[in-house]
This record gives sequence, C-alpha cells and structure tokens, in this order.
Amino acid sequence: MSKRFLFDGRPVVFEDGQTILQAARAAGHYIPHLCWHPDFPPHGSCKLCIVKVAGRHVSSCAMPAKEGMEVESNTPEINGERRALLQMLFVEGNHFCPSCEKSGNCQLQALAYDLEMTGERFAHFFPERPVDSSHPDVLLDFNRCIFCELCVRASRDVDGKNVFALTNRGINKHLVVNAESGRLGDTDLAADDLAANICPVGVILKKRVGFATPIGERTYDVKPIHIVAMEDGK
Amino acid sequence: MNAPRPKVRIATTSLAGCFGCHMSFLDIDEHLFELVELVEFDRSPLTDIKHCGPCDIGLIEGGVCNAENVHVLREFRRNCKTLIAVGACAINGGLPAQRNHLDLEACLREVYVSRDGLGEGGVPNDPELPLLLDKVRPIHELVRIDYFIPGCPPSGEAIWKFLTDLIAGRTPRLSYPMMHFD
Ligand code: SF4
Ligand code: SF4
Ligand code: FES
Repeated sequence: MSKRFLFDGRPVVFEDGQTILQAARAAGHYIPHLCWHPDFPPHGSCKLCIVKVAGRHVSSCAMPAKEGMEVESNTPEINGERRALLQMLFVEGNHFCPSCEKSGNCQLQALAYDLEMTGERFAHFFPERPVDSSHPDVLLDFNRCIFCELCVRASRDVDGKNVFALTNRGINKHLVVNAESGRLGDTDLAADDLAANICPVGVILKKRVGFATPIGERTYDVKPIHIVAMEDGK
Repeated sequence: MNAPRPKVRIATTSLAGCFGCHMSFLDIDEHLFELVELVEFDRSPLTDIKHCGPCDIGLIEGGVCNAENVHVLREFRRNCKTLIAVGACAINGGLPAQRNHLDLEACLREVYVSRDGLGEGGVPNDPELPLLLDKVRPIHELVRIDYFIPGCPPSGEAIWKFLTDLIAGRTPRLSYPMMHFD
C-alpha cells in the first residue's frame, strides 16, 4: 500500500525520497517558498516553507516525508511566522517597490500580498548597497538581495560560469561577483544565462525592458502567488 | 428608537509625503457623501485646524524627515485612539528615504550650493525652518502604529474599505487586488 501523511488534516500520498514540500505540491497543496526551486536541491535558507510536524518546526523543502506524519502548514500560527520572516527580509534590504522594475513580478512582494503583510513592523536597516551597472545588458541592484543563492547555483551548476557568490556571514552576508574588479561587466555572464533569469526578486535585471508590462497586467496583479506557483511548477 | 451614533472623529496629516495619499483619499468619489455622514474632521489639510484634539482615528501620510514631523506625529499618537500609517512613505520611508545613503550636508550642498546659479544664498538657515534628521524614518519606528494601509498611494477603494471596516467595528482587511506596494 502506498505511504501517506496528513497535510493540514488531508491525506497526501508520497514516495520514498520526496520531501514534504514536493509531495504536498504533487498532491496540489501549495507551501510558500522563496529559496526552493524545482530544478535545484533544497537550500533551506529562507524558511518561508516552515511547517509544524509533531509540534516542531521543520523546513518542508528539505525534510523527507515520512509515513503517518501530521503536517500543519496553512494555519494562522505558521502564516504569522512566515509574515514575520518576510518582514525581516524587507527591513534587512532596501525594498522600495514603487521604483523597482520587478514590482508586480516579484516573489517576495507577492508572498507579502498573499500573507497580508501590510507593514514591516521592525526597524529598517537602510543598508548601503551601491548598484553595479557595468554590464551592457544586465543591471545588478544589490539593495534587494535576499541571499537565496539561486543565481549562485544556476551560474555554477547550469551555466558553468560561477559568476556569483555569497560572502561573509550573518548581518554582513552579501552577494559578490567573481571578478578581479568585483564588477559584473568583467565577467562572461550573458543575458540569456539561467543565472540572469532566475532571481525571485529585483536584483538581477535585464536592461532596457523595465516597466514594459503595465500595472494591472503583471504576473501577481492578475493572480496570487499560491496559484501562479502551482501552475508554473515553480 | 434608533438614535444616531455620534460621528467618528478623524485627523489626517502629511509628514514627509507628497500629498498623493490625501489625493487618493479624496478619490473615493461619491463615497465622500457617505463619509461626511459617518465622520467629522479634526486637524487635517481639509479643515486647516492647526492642532489635533482627541480623535478616534488618525491617518498619517509620509515618514519622518525633520523635527517638526516628530512633534506632529507624537501629537497624533497622544490624541488618536487608532493611528494608521497610510502609504509607502509612512510605512517604510518611501521616496524621501532614498536620501538615507547620502551624507545630509552633501545633499544640501548639492541642492542649494553646487548647482549653477544657486551659489548666492547658501543652505537655508532660518530658525523657523525645522531641523532635518540625518535619516528619514518610517513612523512605526517612533510611535506605536495600529494599522498599515500599503500602496504608493493606496487606492481610494483600499482607504475606503479600511475606514468603513474600522468604523463598523470589523477587523480591517484589504482584498487581494487592494494589496499593493506600488
Ligand atoms: S525586489 Fe520585490 S519586494 Fe523588493 S523592492 Fe522590488 S518588488 Fe519590492
Ligand atoms: S541576487 Fe537574486 S537570485 Fe541571487 S541570491 Fe540575491 S535574491 Fe537570490
Ligand atoms: S523554501 Fe525552504 S527554506 Fe526556503
């Protein structure tokens, strides 16, 4: 007989080796996530995918599903914690959505809408993070980086170019470009590399196409992320 | 007998904002007629009352960029039972906070001294002018804020929905299309 666990009270069938998040998605249940991507191994950094299993918090993107476990996900308690995580991500960087080209297509913003984060509540860091516009086709706006390492993983494992890296730890963690000068223009990144197209927020942006889609027609203007994420398989 | 409920008293102000949120508030069109049945205004650009008295609801547009903003914000907090941050600038500093990465003096010199034809007067220094803070701050970093209405500006509909929920005693809640940070 197939193995199953309970997801918010409903039975979900899974196969050995699947994580909670993978099995839940396969059964049509969305779990919020930012650093997880279907084409990469779990990263476990953003914690948006937290769920509660037997009273303990686990990252559902990394935790293997087990027979008979009871998983709580879409509850006021967990969603409140996810909201607090989002608020921390917002105050840690400089997110001024009205002037961001990614607005309307940004996963961080879309999750904030979906989880009804109306304000940030915490004190803002206002960190100083100068932009890098040295590349002819791609702009790097470090102000909005959430350190998901999707660009790092894509560049290293798929593009084979190793253009990006994270450096330092904790509050000093930041994204760097692997070039002697530290500038994107001095790397071999191309605009159609996966790394240039995978950022869930507004850091790695194609030049000359910003604001092309009118407000009201952008991805998350039309549908909330819990629907888009399931349709696109990501 | 259905005795009419006393009107809800509302105060509004714009700190480091552009008045766009106030314009959006006025953009509720014919709801304005319903609004005047439900509320009366205390201190607000709409009434020209200079100081805030006891109120049920205070709406704050804009963040805090100078000493006067701080005094006004505290006056509102002292007098308003429910204080609401309206719009991006009140919530996270918004456009004015883009100066937070620049040295304040360099900023003032750039505007009043370095530009062609502006060398004469220098940086304005009248004692009447409120002193600038070194950084623009969202209002929740200075006083307790009860609710936030996001948007740059929030739509008239979002403001109307929020206010009518509050006045009716419901937990104010924005529908998905009303949630916007831009
Ligand atoms: S990256 Fe997303 S959340 Fe950050 S400013 Fe841009 S749209 Fe807003
Ligand atoms: S630049 Fe984008 S993809 Fe890369 S780590 Fe930052 S948020 Fe993630
Ligand atoms: S999606 Fe699981 S930790 Fe980011």
